[in-house]
Amino acid sequence: MSAISLKNLDVSYGHNKVVTGVNIDVAEGESFALVGESGSGKSTVLKAIAGLAPEWTGEISLLGQSRSHMVERSSAKQCQMVFQDPYGSLHPRKSVDTVLMEPLMVHGIGNRNARVMEMLAAVGLDKRFRFRFPHQLSGGQRQRVAIARALILEPKVMLLDEPTSALDVSVQAEILNLLKKLRREQDLTYLMVTHNLPVVSFMCDRMAVMNKGRIVEIASASALHDGGFIDPYSLSLYAASGGNPDKKDTE
Amino acid sequence: MSTAKEWLLDQSPSSKLQASMGSSYRMMRQLVRNPLAVIGILILLILVLAAIFAPIIAPHSPMGQNLGARLLPPSTEYWMGTDELGRDIFSRIIYGARITLVIVTLVAVISAPLGLLIGAISGYFGGWTDKVLMGITDVFLSMPKLILALAFVAALGPGIENAIIAIAITSWPAYARISRAETLTFRNSEFISAMRLLGASHARIITRHILPLCTSSVIVRVTLDMAGIILTAAGLGFLGLGAQPPLPEWGAMISRGRTFILDQWWVATMPGFAIILVSLGFCFLGDGLRDVLDPKQRGS
Amino acid sequence: MTLPLLEMENLRVSFPTPSGRVDVVKGLSFTLGRERLGIVGESGSGKSMTGRAIMRLVRRPGQQIADKMIFDGIDLQAQSEREMRHLRGARVSMVMQDPKFSLNPVMTVGAQIIEALKTHERLGRKDMKARMIEMLHSVRINDPERVINLYPHEVSGGMGQRIMIAMMLIPKPDLLIADEPTSALDVSVQAQVLELIDELVRDKGMSLILISHDLNLVARYCDRILVMHAGEVVESCAAKDLHKATHPYTRGLLAAVPKMEEDRDQLPVLDRSAWSGT
Repeated sequence: MSAISLKNLDVSYGHNKVVTGVNIDVAEGESFALVGESGSGKSTVLKAIAGLAPEWTGEISLLGQSRSHMVERSSAKQCQMVFQDPYGSLHPRKSVDTVLMEPLMVHGIGNRNARVMEMLAAVGLDKRFRFRFPHQLSGGQRQRVAIARALILEPKVMLLDEPTSALDVSVQAEILNLLKKLRREQDLTYLMVTHNLPVVSFMCDRMAVMNKGRIVEIASASALHDGGFIDPYSLSLYAASGGNPDKKDTE
Repeated sequence: MSTAKEWLLDQSPSSKLQASMGSSYRMMRQLVRNPLAVIGILILLILVLAAIFAPIIAPHSPMGQNLGARLLPPSTEYWMGTDELGRDIFSRIIYGARITLVIVTLVAVISAPLGLLIGAISGYFGGWTDKVLMGITDVFLSMPKLILALAFVAALGPGIENAIIAIAITSWPAYARISRAETLTFRNSEFISAMRLLGASHARIITRHILPLCTSSVIVRVTLDMAGIILTAAGLGFLGLGAQPPLPEWGAMISRGRTFILDQWWVATMPGFAIILVSLGFCFLGDGLRDVLDPKQRGS
Repeated sequence: MTLPLLEMENLRVSFPTPSGRVDVVKGLSFTLGRERLGIVGESGSGKSMTGRAIMRLVRRPGQQIADKMIFDGIDLQAQSEREMRHLRGARVSMVMQDPKFSLNPVMTVGAQIIEALKTHERLGRKDMKARMIEMLHSVRINDPERVINLYPHEVSGGMGQRIMIAMMLIPKPDLLIADEPTSALDVSVQAQVLELIDELVRDKGMSLILISHDLNLVARYCDRILVMHAGEVVESCAAKDLHKATHPYTRGLLAAVPKMEEDRDQLPVLDRSAWSGT
């Protein structure tokens, strides 16, 4: 059974079709990347899977069940998302504790105190951060809180929307390590959107290169080591990211 | 003292209580640093104390007539003079504080939550909900406040309760507009999306996540509007449609004093001063609150 | 090379906080010749403030002082605000991060470039237009005649940044300060913009200060690198010797960047206690 399966997915915003004919199969436990430049539709695919972009046709199934077009309460425990902007993804007036307690209350899960403490420990936040407000946290700490919030319902699938692009490199390294550790420990499936190829090389097993709303190539992450892409767009993206020094000077 | 302060300002609070008390303490401290806000608070404190302790403070009965002492100028016996029925104006103003406070509080309690909720729902759902709700709001907004209140009071009959209802009905649309505008700025933000993905219902998102962010601007607006509410209430009283005699409502008192304004100026002027002072108090406080509460000025 | 173009000694930039003034740049000194200097650091390192301080653009309530701040024989600190305005743009230019915020949204691109030119030079209408078209050509805009009539929202990010560069370079400055000129752009456009800056700097004999958070990028486009951390320069070296950097912070930063051929299981994390104690 695949964790995420997209068949002929088209997504539009109003009259604008942003994603066309996407077919992806992400195996359980796999870490899969969607890469592309701005406007390639990669984030839109993620939103459609989450239920935040309801205008789609085709088929989306999560862990074998096809999903409807709306945000569903039942899928909350299967699939969660981490957003790009650590400043915009936390409610400015809610403490870390409230942020983590709330999902547990919504789903009527007991033993909340212990769970919150456990989650804080898992994402590497000291317990003295528990009652702080977002404005008392750094960008990296906020992103840890966002990851903790996504994981507290123990989902199997995580959608990561450029989780480190707003962070400094040294903080990025910490968050990437954390995400890698959590995946190993909790058997998670990652679908990660990014424009940063080296991050893919560190985090992911496979990737789909997107351009102008279509997938141009699905390749193994090892292609980043040897430049083994076939599609010309993937190759140019690879070269522009400083991939193969031999190809750096090509236009 | 210093340990209590340290506890409140602790960067890593150890309980929910400490965290929320700490942030309200910080807000209070910021408010108190603003001299105008402090003046506003003092004026309103005097108003509240006057209302509570009216029987003790007032030297005379507010209703008791003394036809022998009609229209006396301010003196040591009658600090603000007497009116055409020989009632002590100072005592009437003190008792009038109760009426003013009741009007202001009830109007705020009725109209602010109503406006807040309608605005938040309208902004959050958008589409047809928004169009319908904002259409209704615009109908109310397009009519002058006092005229609309007059129409309601005329329909419901004169009296202080009806005046309160009428003013409340006319003041919610402004709050709905503000709270809708606030909601629009963050309805598509990531923390709202995150809550939806976590399975929170629309009702929960509106009440727990959207309303708290709109409240501060509405509180500021309500405080600034208080002056207007008092004036509208006074206006209704002046026209004889608000509080009915012999109730010592400030607007009604001015109305009665109008007849003698050239010869016995104090009859109309004294309640006028009271209205101005209290309105000013609310304005100062509102301004101070805006500096403290407005999320746009606070930064993140 | 005779005189250095810019001499900076002991630059301090401070901002007031409830607990007193805090220095965000703590005693920065460097000299710049006709070369390309890179300033690298993470957010809060004071790198952008350094760039602004050279232009004397630190906004109130921030304050800047330096023992010496001499640009081509001119003491920048002694200049009046009016004299500074003549220097800015004409002799020292700055390219900011996001073209969307640096261009005026209600003026056409052409009008803005003309405006930039007008404040520094007196030219006839025709000459100005010719200069503008020539400049846009040199930033590789193929159809400048069309582009000058567009509004900023009608051009793409990469094009907007190229227009910004054209605007900054048209008065032929001696020094160009580029503050994260490409971090809002896609990777493929990033390379184009940087190569363009590089080429223009070489051709026109300008000096460049490139401010960025990206060590590798700076190493590729600069001759010399200053690494800043918490308001101080922790490392200063030639770009080609970057991999030989000695300071633990620089080494940590270099190691923390994921590589294209990544085979490490974990990225090394900076141990901040190693130097922040000083």
